[in-house]
Amino acid sequence: MVVKDIIDILEGEVICEGDLNTEIKTACGSDMMSDVLAFVKDQSVLLTGLVNPQVVRTAEMMDMACIVFVRGKMPDQGIIDLAEQRDITLIKTRFRMFTACGKLYEGGLSGGTAV
Amino acid sequence: MSSIHLHYDVNAEDFTRAGEASGSVKKRLKALGYNSDAIRRVAIAMYEAEINMVIHADGGFVDVDIYPDHVDILLSDHGPGIPDVDKAMQEGFSTAPDNVRSLGFGAGMGLPNIKKYTDDMRIETVIGKGTDLYLTVRVAES
Repeated sequence: MVVKDIIDILEGEVICEGDLNTEIKTACGSDMMSDVLAFVKDQSVLLTGLVNPQVVRTAEMMDMACIVFVRGKMPDQGIIDLAEQRDITLIKTRFRMFTACGKLYEGGLSGGTAV
Repeated sequence: MSSIHLHYDVNAEDFTRAGEASGSVKKRLKALGYNSDAIRRVAIAMYEAEINMVIHADGGFVDVDIYPDHVDILLSDHGPGIPDVDKAMQEGFSTAPDNVRSLGFGAGMGLPNIKKYTDDMRIETVIGKGTDLYLTVRVAES
């Protein structure tokens, strides 16, 4: 799957466009950035309902290519600018966290870890 | 051994800027051609520590020394100090205020995370004076 497929599956709106052809194999969903930093390994998409600049910085540290804001959350311009500078794609979807994760899982993405 | 020295001041007034120093070090290591695993470990450990400085210690400074085979990081603050380091090292133990949790941090994973991603970690803390956190990440050949 590539970033473009995620947009289709989640009927998402692109808020900041990075490389839409980046290959995506695994994802993680969390509103707690500490947990993302603790447990994530090689996931390239972060689904979150949290909207602040630290979401982008967390994705940056983890080498993630794409952030999906669930429940229709809209990041402000400061967040968009940060993502743009780091070439991270931002997507907004109206789906809730559980549904968004389920749709991507159904589409072939995994959590990338054994548990 | 020759090294590259970097210095950053961490400002605690603006939470949105926490992570700027870590991002900058990450970029620098990438440009120098270090392997991605080591870069990520440095970035995550330093980022967690930077967030800690902003949350708990009213900011401070970071010194980074980049060697061919390892990266040394010193994060120094003049915050309140850590009363019980063993407790602070436990996963899930947090003294962060609620407003920090609403920002996605304060889950009590900061110091355990830093330990997990570094090869060496040393805390020197004095109550009422501040904390120095010494980190080393070894770099495997890329």
